[in-house]
Amino acid sequence: MNASTDSAAKEAIVSVRDLHVTFTAGKKPVEAVNGVDLQVARGETVALIGESGSGKSVTLRSLLRLHPARHTRIEGRIEVAGANVLSMGSRALADYRGRVASMIFQEPLLALDPVYTVGAQIIESIRRHENISTADARKRALELFERVRIPSPERRLDAYPHEMSGGMRQRAMIALALACRPQVLLADEPTTALDATVQIQILLLLRELQRELGLAIVFVTHDMGAAVEVADRFAVMYAGRIVEEGPTREVIRNPRHPYTLALMQARADGAMEKGARLASIPGAPPDLAHLPMGCAFAERCTFAQPACLQTRPDAVELGGDHRARCLRTDATIQFGRPRMERPAIPA
Amino acid sequence: MSIGISIDHIGAATGGDRGGPAQPLLTVNRLVKHFDLKKSFIETLIGGGKVVRAVDGVDFRIMKGETLGVVGESGCGKSTTARLLMHLIAPSAGEIVFDGETVGSPALPLREYRRQVQMVFQDSYSSLNPRLTIQDSIAFGPQVHGVPKIESISRARDLLARVGLEPRRFAGRYPHELSGGQRQRVNIARALASKPRLVILDEAVSALDKSVEAQVLNLLMDLKDEFGLTYLFISHDLHVVRYISDRVMVMYLGKVAETGPAEAVFEQPLHPYTRALLSSMPSMDPDHRTEEAALVGDPPNPIDPPPGCRFHTRCPQAEAICARTVPSLEATDGRETACLIHEPGSGHSRADAVIYAA
Repeated sequence: MNASTDSAAKEAIVSVRDLHVTFTAGKKPVEAVNGVDLQVARGETVALIGESGSGKSVTLRSLLRLHPARHTRIEGRIEVAGANVLSMGSRALADYRGRVASMIFQEPLLALDPVYTVGAQIIESIRRHENISTADARKRALELFERVRIPSPERRLDAYPHEMSGGMRQRAMIALALACRPQVLLADEPTTALDATVQIQILLLLRELQRELGLAIVFVTHDMGAAVEVADRFAVMYAGRIVEEGPTREVIRNPRHPYTLALMQARADGAMEKGARLASIPGAPPDLAHLPMGCAFAERCTFAQPACLQTRPDAVELGGDHRARCLRTDATIQFGRPRMERPAIPA
Repeated sequence: MSIGISIDHIGAATGGDRGGPAQPLLTVNRLVKHFDLKKSFIETLIGGGKVVRAVDGVDFRIMKGETLGVVGESGCGKSTTARLLMHLIAPSAGEIVFDGETVGSPALPLREYRRQVQMVFQDSYSSLNPRLTIQDSIAFGPQVHGVPKIESISRARDLLARVGLEPRRFAGRYPHELSGGQRQRVNIARALASKPRLVILDEAVSALDKSVEAQVLNLLMDLKDEFGLTYLFISHDLHVVRYISDRVMVMYLGKVAETGPAEAVFEQPLHPYTRALLSSMPSMDPDHRTEEAALVGDPPNPIDPPPGCRFHTRCPQAEAICARTVPSLEATDGRETACLIHEPGSGHSRADAVIYAA
């Protein structure tokens, strides 16, 4: 019926099992990710949603092993397209990055090299992975620029990153990420730094590329609205774990984890009316160096019971590929859909 | 110290409301700010050279006790406008009238004006002095304006309690010992320490997580009632602006595109740019995703803005006339819009239509 039922049947191209990422550089080890399970099917877009410090970007970066090896302990299992990412040697890792999975970042100005033209960077990337001539690689780069709809692409290939506008730079970075025809695209807040009218263009472009190239996309964001526009499935993270996961429609309409529920109600557009107080979540997220023994959300949770402070809840199956890590899913069922219709805009 | 006392004296004399409720707290007339770009040698000799037209003739009013929301994309001049209002940068032209007195005139010297207008910035960390405890940061402003030290400290502690930071636990902390949401509370407390009448919030909640953002928005609403404040609320987040504002001003490339009551602007946008901006908001409904982007491309560069109406290069309703004529801000029913379609007799083929057909 929907992408999620297919995903169970289809082979997962990204499979993360019990991922733990601990940063050991500071005085105290910081458990940024503790126990993440994530499956992404071919051609599926999964949004990893969470606030700062929830571990969403750390999870994403682990998929490319971008964390400094000296100060990071990664445990668990990450398989992408059948290969075990955590056991790769440096050569295999370099072959894997860009070819099988590639990443687009929040700030293209920082991600692109300022001293080379954008075209040169794309050509370099293609020639690292494929044995073709510079002229052919340039032809491919031009096709990519047309594909991501950069105006006057021939001229833009010879532009430096600072000569482009924000939206164009993000398009150029998407072109670079797709240069070696990867199967998995990892997107780390790709539209957060963009203006509203440009953001929607990039979201639509990602959706289109995903459909036409059959990409699997992992889309990290804190913006639920942006996630709804692109994602088939939602995975909501809190304090290093996925607390709720399911088809976009299910999670948006029937959020069952108290954190997801509160997050929806805290949105300014979810407020019942102007002037009414927003339902805010009291307190702040826990310190990742001192995680509580029980559910990490318990002390901010309106549904919490004494049991919540004792155990870290396991995932509860809610039907239709929808899961939540909460002991009180029976209590959240009645809340149904928070109010969030789109404001009517005359055409 | 003697300077301090004399200033406090002026403050006491001119602090309160003067014009009455019908007089706008702030009136901005033809405000202009052009930033010069690096000039070549010849350009310095003969004059000329390129300028960034960051704010290019902006008019608006803020009534007493209201919240004016300002929205627009990067480069539209909303933050420059805020800095001009604070006199952090000097305007190239135009005047700012605060409760009937021109800012910078003998009747309202800058120093006294600045006490009555305070600002909260987006980056909560860089706007606090890392070497001062938060209590000292909050007390510093009033001390500069001549409030005795003991009084300013007790005022700081009261404000800390008021913004939800228990003074006994937090007063002696340094900015790096606080979370982003807590630091933004400190910035709000500091802005209130000099008992201002107008608070400019420049993307003040944009860097916060959603759950914390809601807490700070609630706090801002409470403080506004309690201290009788007027807000200028700048944000790129349309949901937040709609929620908090009484009136909304939409800016595009250094000019005002549209102003009006928040609900009216969001329900019935008049300017084609406002309409495009609103339909660029993600839908939040998985069954009705956005199918087509309202606009293509990025906003043009404010160095060389398009002639005529600045929006004509991206506007779906643009006609030849739009590239030649600069629309003026026309007022109708408490709303203002700068679009030739709404300017009777402008020469645009849709000019005399009363309201947009859907």
